[in-house]
Amino acid sequence: MGYVGKGIKKIDGMGLIKGASSYTEDIALGHNYLTVKLLRSPHAFARIKKIDTTIASKIEGIECILTYKDVTDKRFTLAGQSFPEPSPHDRRILGEYVRYVGDEVAIVAGTNEETVLKAMKLIKVDYEILEPVLDFEKAIDHKSIIHTEKPYTSFNFGNEHMRNIAAQDLLVEGDVEEELAKSDVVIEHSYHTQAQIHGMMENYIAVTYMDFQERMNIISSTQIPFHVRRHVSKILDIPRSKIKVIKPRVGGGFGGKQTAPMEIYPALITKVTGKPAKLVYNRKETHTCTTTRHEMKLTVKLGATKDGIINAVDIHGLSNTGAYGEHAWTVFSVVGQKTLPMYRAKARRFYGEVVYTNMTTAGAFRGYGATQGTFALESAVNELAKKLDMDPSVIREKNLVKQGEVNPTLNSFVGEKSIVLDSSTLDECITRGKEMIGWDKKYPMQMLSPTKARGIGMAVTMQGSGIHGIDTASATLKLNDDGFYTLLVGVSDMGQGCDTVVAQMAAEILCVPVSKIIVNSTDTDVNPYDPGAYASSGTYVTGNAVIKAANLMVEKIVAGASKILDISEEDIEFNGDSLLLKDGKEISLDEIAYRLVAYEGQNQIITTGTWGGHTSPPPFIAGFAEVEVDLETGKVEMIDYAAVVDCGTVINPNLARIQVEGGVAQGIGLALFEDIKHDTKGKMISDTFMQYKIPSRCDVGDIRVEFKPSFEHTGPFGAKSIGEVVINTSAPAIADAVANATGVRIRTLPITPEKVLMGMLNTKHSN
Amino acid sequence: MEIKLKINGISKDITIKEGEYLQSALKRLGFLNVRKGCETGSCGLCTVLLDGKPTLSCSTLAVRGIKKEITTLEGESVEVAKFAEVLTDEGADQCGYCSPGFTLTVIAMKRELESPTTDEIKHYLTGNLCRCTGYMGQLRAVKKYMEVK
Ligand code: FES
Ligand code: FES
Repeated sequence: MGYVGKGIKKIDGMGLIKGASSYTEDIALGHNYLTVKLLRSPHAFARIKKIDTTIASKIEGIECILTYKDVTDKRFTLAGQSFPEPSPHDRRILGEYVRYVGDEVAIVAGTNEETVLKAMKLIKVDYEILEPVLDFEKAIDHKSIIHTEKPYTSFNFGNEHMRNIAAQDLLVEGDVEEELAKSDVVIEHSYHTQAQIHGMMENYIAVTYMDFQERMNIISSTQIPFHVRRHVSKILDIPRSKIKVIKPRVGGGFGGKQTAPMEIYPALITKVTGKPAKLVYNRKETHTCTTTRHEMKLTVKLGATKDGIINAVDIHGLSNTGAYGEHAWTVFSVVGQKTLPMYRAKARRFYGEVVYTNMTTAGAFRGYGATQGTFALESAVNELAKKLDMDPSVIREKNLVKQGEVNPTLNSFVGEKSIVLDSSTLDECITRGKEMIGWDKKYPMQMLSPTKARGIGMAVTMQGSGIHGIDTASATLKLNDDGFYTLLVGVSDMGQGCDTVVAQMAAEILCVPVSKIIVNSTDTDVNPYDPGAYASSGTYVTGNAVIKAANLMVEKIVAGASKILDISEEDIEFNGDSLLLKDGKEISLDEIAYRLVAYEGQNQIITTGTWGGHTSPPPFIAGFAEVEVDLETGKVEMIDYAAVVDCGTVINPNLARIQVEGGVAQGIGLALFEDIKHDTKGKMISDTFMQYKIPSRCDVGDIRVEFKPSFEHTGPFGAKSIGEVVINTSAPAIADAVANATGVRIRTLPITPEKVLMGMLNTKHSN
Repeated sequence: MEIKLKINGISKDITIKEGEYLQSALKRLGFLNVRKGCETGSCGLCTVLLDGKPTLSCSTLAVRGIKKEITTLEGESVEVAKFAEVLTDEGADQCGYCSPGFTLTVIAMKRELESPTTDEIKHYLTGNLCRCTGYMGQLRAVKKYMEVK
């Protein structure tokens, strides 16, 4: 193997760091864009009684103001998912009702920012203020109903809008009650995971214009260009053939840009005025008016024998989707899909509801429900270990699903047949992680001084690789006339490096250096369909498509050469650089490429591979945290984090390692710092990086990463995914480390000094 | 008002609005990679060098740039290329959106600190947020670039 498994540089890295113009704002120059801004609701829940734009419209330079009276009342979802979207269609471009502080009231477009801001102040809106639902635990059957109209749903996922329920889920195997009853020990606790802000460094931005063919061009920082095309076409009634979506380099996404929260507005302005339009969200809008991680409360019941054999896992979930149901059901179902298969229990169940509230909409976020589920399940397993006075790594050794075992909940969907776990080195990951953190010496805690305690804790988790039976990607390879290749893919590189990884795979098969493969992933007109960058699908799903295209390419080159040279295919050997002929002659790829496309060959070789999987093989990670707690203040400091990952074959160790380090750090944010605060009326107040604290480089301690590769037979070169799984263990491992250091078990994230200190004070009092 | 700014060694005349910040003035002049991530002085994306010192251009008035040497990424192309090599070697470049501000800060640090410790490095760079990398790879690259262990 030449290119797979090597820490090759990211193909776009040098350009990006040297500051090449590459992001949406850099390439959307010229065009004299109209500035588009959105007037937003100051109320969490209200009906617009009257809206008057007459004075505002008269301001010089104002081109267009649209309110709900001017737009279609078609309903839709902005979730970026394969059609038919499994999210309720409960949104409108603009509506008579506003459902959270920040909901769109009017679209204003003018020649420049000052003009638009001035006009926005002069729009008079008369609201009938309604009682908002701000506590998601009180949402079901609240007297305020957030969506009185029945949303369209593509299939039945339990939407009961009149009860403020967006979706429900049930995944069950075996008789949970019976197994719990038979168990020697049963523990039951509730865990709360907060909403989280993606905090990608590039805010949301989209520009639109009509091109010379009178087609709507949309340049957007998005993870889902093909879904954006579909959304805009459906919502704005523009034929799909008249829309082109361009996705430049993306400045981070983490699932946030898997929802298309803003493209429709400038597109509508361009449609109405015929003029180019630009909408840029500022940091506050990025935080409050796009999506967050779903806040959840998860109640876990575990039943076990006194030797630590887990009989039953039972999880009830309540998820807060906010004002609209983007990814409501799918994120929620992933909570069950990625927790229940972890342990070899006889009975397991996940069930519960996703509710509407008058808050910022929740959506996709790296980990996608597995993060929330892992915090709850792994915390519970650690608590069970405590109760049984057992080492938490031992209880896992006894119960974790192993490679080669059949698991009924592994295939995610109820009613599908059980599948075998093809690849897992999780047991080795645990062993190695323990060594790295010094488990046997340090568990559970050490006192450094009378006021400083150090604790260690652990957690394990899994994710999927693509969505089986749904995600299908294509890749197209073109042999250019000068003997290099263009690889066209539709997956979106938002920094994770998938363009590089797919180039490595193609290079491996075509036996050429990565530099001979130009990756293009920018444009829906040119690139083959791909659902986008989400569900950890880049390496696994798109990668498999690339392999198919590349194998086909080799075949076709040999066949093409055989024809022009008039030699049988068997007598040609292709080594990447050239074709070796049986008679000892050698013809370079450059020459063959040229002769093929020219008059002689009349054979431009373009191959396409399309691939979708029947399973979503899980990558695994074992995470170990060491923290230091100040016993006088409750402050928790990260000291060390050891992460050992099984992502199958590691295609690019450097890029994979950074994925792990970045994911663990984002998980540390979730565990310790990130907290969205609202005022009593439902307005988000932690809406900037001043108040909403993501970890800085002084907050993460040391993060150390190793790999324990397995070989996944369905994966490209044996690979599985890595992007999401890496965020999941931080919070439960840290919570356990804190509990071991202080005796205080925090079940509500984030683990703030205040909670730790109060916990310690309360334990002292009760003693 | 009309002011003169010396950017990367070249003087430019620019008309600025009252209260305009350096970040937006530089952007208007075409220095596209003077980015903005937060508007509250918390992220470091907008960092430029003012007389060699890393400065948050989103919270520095444009007039403060008068009679100073303003350096953006373009003005440090040699050092930037060197640092880019080590950073990409480490795989520590992800979305790249934070990198102009970060890279300029690293370059300034190299000139300012002599064989710094890990903690000193972290401290110097702490105002430069990155949501993608988790900072470890950046640290490894910075150490290589600074030639410290
Ligand atoms: S934009 Fe200047 S510090 Fe964030
Ligand atoms: S690389 Fe994306 S924010 Fe730093």
